[in-house]
Amino acid sequence: MTLIDLANPTRFLSLTARILPWLAAATAILLLVGLYQAAMAPDDYQQGATVKIMFIHVPNAWLAMFVWGVMSLAALGTLVWRHPLADVAAKAAAPIGAAFTFLALVTGALWGRPMWGTYWEWDARLTSVLIMFLMYLGLIALWRAVEDPSRAARAAAILTLVGALNLPIIKFSVDWWNTLHQPASVLRMGGPSLDRTFLIPLLVMAVAFSLLFVTLHLAAMRNEILRRRVRSLQMMQASRRSA
Amino acid sequence: MTALAALIRRDIKIALRVGGGALIGVLFFLTVVVLMPFAVGPDLALLTRLGPAILWLGALLASLLTLDRLFMADHEDGSLDLIVMSRTPLELTCAAKALAHWLAAGVPLILATPVLGLLLNLDATATAAVALTLLAGTPALTFTGMIGAALAVTLHRGGLLLAVLVLPLSIPVLIFGVAASQAAISGPLEFGTPFSILCALSLVSLVIGPFAAAASLRHGLD
Repeated sequence: MTLIDLANPTRFLSLTARILPWLAAATAILLLVGLYQAAMAPDDYQQGATVKIMFIHVPNAWLAMFVWGVMSLAALGTLVWRHPLADVAAKAAAPIGAAFTFLALVTGALWGRPMWGTYWEWDARLTSVLIMFLMYLGLIALWRAVEDPSRAARAAAILTLVGALNLPIIKFSVDWWNTLHQPASVLRMGGPSLDRTFLIPLLVMAVAFSLLFVTLHLAAMRNEILRRRVRSLQMMQASRRSA
Repeated sequence: MTALAALIRRDIKIALRVGGGALIGVLFFLTVVVLMPFAVGPDLALLTRLGPAILWLGALLASLLTLDRLFMADHEDGSLDLIVMSRTPLELTCAAKALAHWLAAGVPLILATPVLGLLLNLDATATAAVALTLLAGTPALTFTGMIGAALAVTLHRGGLLLAVLVLPLSIPVLIFGVAASQAAISGPLEFGTPFSILCALSLVSLVIGPFAAAASLRHGLD
């Protein structure tokens, strides 16, 4: 039965096999360009060289939220359209999103130490991102706790959609509460307040990180599909042996 | 409407009678609060300062403890399948079950707060503030916890998984519950600000919880 379900994924596998090398190459080139530009960017007049943490920290934080958005779309795909690839996409995205969130927290802490004088502060932005990290881990635990992947997919989809409520809270936490974390300076009313010399490397890094996510996500989806195939072959073999 | 009322009455009766286990939550609440002075030392001034936080944490853990009874017992004896198949909308049924659970397991926690406040050297204002915030906040704990309970029953896993899924969702309730109690006791914030956010959290969970729980029961039970 699972083999019939995987009929469509075959086309997905052959398609991604052709796309992935190009994506990986584009990611590598953009990352190199972005890192070079970030290294060449001038020091901030207040923050000095530590401002360069921004070029890693901000894309990670954006991606942390973006991946949850992708998982929410995949959750809709699972619940509404019953798309066979949707739960594969959701499952493959969770560990990647958790990694981005973790890196955003770590780089934020390393940036906070010289700027705020503390690695951690319980303000609204940091707390809501930490909650999202815990929810990523809970989601991964849920995927791992249940054997039947389609059953786990539906449960995880509902939890993902409930967790998506956290996204606007994270985005607007710096506006709603008076926090230590600085307010939005790129995606805001009235255009970015960031200077061009910082904005362009940041945007290049953001695109590079997005491409990195797409590459990793497609590769993880391929692995997941292949893993399921191996598993169903093993099950078939085991049932044939016992029969 | 009569079906829902009957369901609420039945759930409360089951929870309060022998084998129900709703009142175990209160006992657990008492135990957690009694443990705290051993952990932080019997310094009364310190306990006064930590009191609201301890009470909130105890109530949170106690309501988590009784949550997996919400659907599990009905699932074991088969009545959950009848409830899912009945003509009443499942969202309403879930809301009724959560309401019954809150009446049977949540309200006793609030009633126990004044007694436990004495143990933590809280004065009348502080105790009243904590009880009031618990009254406003525990529905949010029950209704968001119901999502986790519904997921756990469809996956045949309770316990730790339920806690891991539900606790992150309850962090905002804890933050604003304790903030409102502290604001009433010592300031400097106005009591109304965190308290109205706490009420908003409860109202939002009142809307989201039944739908998410009903969806997970519908998709998960087969």
